[in-house]
Parts: sequence; C-alpha cells; structure tokens
Amino acid sequence: MTAQPMLQVSGVSVQFGGLTAVDNVSFSVPPGTLLGLIGPNGAGKTTLMRVITGVVQATTGSVQLEDDRLDGLAVHQRIRKGLALSQQLVRPFREISVIDNVALAAGSRHTRTPLTALLHRKRDDELRVAHAMLERVGIADYAQQRPGILPLGVLKRLEMARALALQPKLLLLDEPLAGLNSKEAHALASTIQDINRQGVTIVLIEHNLGEVMRICESLVVLDNGSLIASGPPRDVMSQPQVRAAYLGGDTIAAAQGGTETLTGDAHA
Amino acid sequence: MAYEISLLTSMAISVLFALSLNLITGLCGQISLGHAAFLGIGAYTSAMLCKAGLPFFATLPAAMLTAGLVGAVVGLASLRVRADFLAITTMGVVFLFVGIVRQQDWLGGELGISDIPPSGLDKPGFMMLAIVLAAATAGLSVYLKKSWMGRVFNGIAEDEDTMRVLGIDVPRYKLAAFAIGTALAGLAGALYGQHFKYIGPDSFGFIESISVLSMVVFGGIGSIPGVIFGAAVLSALPAWFQFVGDYKLLMYGGLLFLMMRFSPEGMAGIVRRLFRARRPHETRKPDTASAPRTKGIHP
Repeated sequence: MTAQPMLQVSGVSVQFGGLTAVDNVSFSVPPGTLLGLIGPNGAGKTTLMRVITGVVQATTGSVQLEDDRLDGLAVHQRIRKGLALSQQLVRPFREISVIDNVALAAGSRHTRTPLTALLHRKRDDELRVAHAMLERVGIADYAQQRPGILPLGVLKRLEMARALALQPKLLLLDEPLAGLNSKEAHALASTIQDINRQGVTIVLIEHNLGEVMRICESLVVLDNGSLIASGPPRDVMSQPQVRAAYLGGDTIAAAQGGTETLTGDAHA
Repeated sequence: MAYEISLLTSMAISVLFALSLNLITGLCGQISLGHAAFLGIGAYTSAMLCKAGLPFFATLPAAMLTAGLVGAVVGLASLRVRADFLAITTMGVVFLFVGIVRQQDWLGGELGISDIPPSGLDKPGFMMLAIVLAAATAGLSVYLKKSWMGRVFNGIAEDEDTMRVLGIDVPRYKLAAFAIGTALAGLAGALYGQHFKYIGPDSFGFIESISVLSMVVFGGIGSIPGVIFGAAVLSALPAWFQFVGDYKLLMYGGLLFLMMRFSPEGMAGIVRRLFRARRPHETRKPDTASAPRTKGIHP
C-alpha cells in the first residue's frame, strides 16, 4: 500500500480488571476498502469497535484516522473527525419521521456548537441530502413514516442512511445483518457493497460469514482478544488457526459455497 | 379593574416562568425539581440592586445573568447524572437556596425583603411589561424549537447516546439549555419581586418548584401553547376560587398525578388526540354503516 491508511489501529490492548479483552491488536484499513472484522463470540470485536469510536478507552495503543490521532477524544469529537457508526441495536428517534432522522445527521455543520445551531433554522439542503441517502440505501418510500412500526430491515437501513448522512471518511457497521432473514441479509450486504464501491471506506463487524466472504475485500480475524489472521478472505479462511478457532468444517463449506478446498493445509 | 390588572400581571409572570422550565424539561428533556431557586436568584438580585439605587430596568439583565450563571453550574450536574438522579440533584439545589438565604442577614434572612423600590411604571404599564416579556419568551421558545438547536434538544431528550454517535456535543447543549432556561427564570423572578413588592426565602422553595412543574405537565411538556395555557389557568385558579387557593397544593399534586397517569402529554396531548380522532372518523364515514345516511347529504 502506497497510500496512507484511512484507519490505523496500532498495538491496542484493553483490560477490564484482570481480563484482557483485546490484546495488542494492530491492523490498517486502506482508503476505499471494505474490511470485515470477524471472530467468534467474545473474541473482542465489539470492544475493539468501541475503542475506535471512543466509548471504551484503550489501556495501551493508539487509533489514527488518516492524519488525526483519535486517542483521548470523546465520541462526538471522533465523529466530527470523520467516523460514522451504524449501531448493532437500531436506535432511531421514534418521535420524528424517517427522513427527519437522517436530516438531523445531515445537519452536522449547523450542530457543531449550540450557538451555530441556535442561529440556523432552514434545513432544505439537509432534507435533500437525507432524501438522497434514503434512496442510496433503498428506503426512500418510507421517508415520511415514523420509525416505530417499521420492520427491522428498514430500520437497519435507516441506521446506515443516518451514518452516511454524516459524510464520513470511514463507516463502521456493527452487525448490520444480525436479525435479518437470509434474503434481507443478502440484499443489505449488496447495498453495503454498493456504498463501498461509491467510495466509502467501511469496516464491517459481522457474524454472517457467507455474506462477509461474498462482499469483503479483506478480513481481520480476532480470537480471545488477539489478531490471529488478516488478508484476503479466501487466504484467511484457509488458515488452520482460523478454522480451529472460529470455523467448523461445515461452516467453511457453507462460506465457500460447498467447494471446500484444502489449500489451507498448504499454508500450514 | 386593579384586581384584574394584578391578576393578569401574575399570570404573565407565571407563563414566563413556566416557559423557562419548559426549555430545560420540555425541549431538552432534563428534569428539574428546583427551578424556583432561579426565580429566587433573579428576584433577590433585582431587589437588592433596586435597593442599592439601581433603576429596575437595569436590574433585569443582572437578574438574568446571575440566575443563568448559577444555572449553568447546576447544569454541570446534569452532565454526570440522568433522569431520577438529576431530579434529586435539582431538588437539592432548591433546598440549598432556601437554606442559604435564610441564614443571610444581608438578604433579609427569614423576614425577606420588603419595600422594594418601584419600577417607575404604573400598574397597567407593569402589566404590559410582564405580558410583553412573556410573549417574547414564547416567541423565543417557538423559534428555538424550530431551529437546529431545537432539533438537537429533541434528540437529546429522546436518546442522548445516539446523539453523541451523530457527532453532537451533548454536554454543551445541556449546559446551553440550563443557562437559557434559568436566565429566563431569573427574569421572571425580577418581575415577581417588583410585582409583589416583597420576597422571602419561602417564596422560592420546593413547593414553588413543584407548582411550576405542574403547570408545564398540565399544559403539556414541550408544547409551547400548552405550557402557556397550563401556566395561565393554574396561576389564575387560586385567585378565582377561594377553595382552590386553600387546597392549592392538593390540587397541583392531584393534577400532576392525574396527568402523568392518564395524559402524559398534558392538555396539549388531549387536544391533539381529539383532533386526530375526529379526522380519520370523517374520512372513514363513507365505508361504515352510516354511509347511506351521509350519501344523501353529499351526493
């Protein structure tokens, strides 16, 4: 990689009391990449994500977004530097319509400080951006509805549209496919791939391996808090330590569409 | 006539005071059970400065500034605690205020301050001043609600963690809400002292804090017309009916309970539901059993 990485995670460790949740993890995300962050339950994926967003402070190590070191910044300051997060549990504002939810995020230049927010009223531009974002994720038909009664698939896309409306350099997606049926998951994964192709760098945490293998350009695998493999999906999946830690033979067969090969043994 | 003028003046002051609490509790979602302390800070600031020889109008900005500054400090507490803990913290503030003022001889101690120098306005003039300031506060509230600040407040009231993820500096917005709301309460306090010509520590205690909260809840938390209505009605009732005056606390407490139980959105919520209930009913009519009857009327 000649280009400067969009995201650089360097030697991050997180300890909760005596428990090491993340142990000296380093990886980088080149601009324009769709990177999958995977690992079994309890591997430390969510903790690592929280270190990146600033909800959890790393015990050691540092996180850098392009030229900006994020260490010590509050969540909202990191968002202002160009991060955006689509949360695992959808949390739309239920009192306002779908498009108002997205417009609220799109108004970030007005909401930087209370004073600028007080001095601005108009939001024609933000509504236009919001509409474009809803179209981008395919839920423009729901623009005027309240999120309360909408299906989970729509709310997941709303969460993503809201994150995109911040016009982030890097989009973090925390299990966007969780809770969806296979058809919905497939469609949303394709949408994620489209968004990435439009130039947004994405880090995707996901349990749905089939979709991860299908859309991600590279993977980072965590197990017990440590990084055990990284690289192109097929190379990573064929490594024995990944299979041992995370996959059964069955899962790999499913992930590779039943064409399980033994290339992994060659690497070992 | 003098009675009506006096009543209208105190109604306008109540409306202004309730709107100031609505900014914090209604728009930004931060509960305060100690709002009367800021009414008191404004009243004492204005009264002391009047006694020191300043003209009444010059004391208004001072009252707002003092109350707003203390309000911002109390707002700092809201950054650490939420919901029920914030309620208890703000309740502590009002007890603290009354406790401190009682012990201060230079503030009149238990006896309070009487003989506050006149404002220079006659009674109808002062009434107009109170009404104009209450209307200006209502205008500010309406503007604020439709500005980006209002949209952010609304989001913080519903889910502040998600607002952080949208890049919002939640603590600064909460402090802004407290500073604006308490400064306006200070303004109401300055008018209060001038209107009643007497202030004492007990005028600004916990009971007053609950009274103003009842006005906001009765009218409809967050609804500006609702809060104006609630404050106007609840401040006039005790004057109109001797019975209500005697049982003021019982009535306010009862209303607070009934509203939270049956219409958490207050009178504004009831009105909204009435309108919503009527509209679909009209459009549904042709499909229902009553259709044949209406057919004759609208062929």
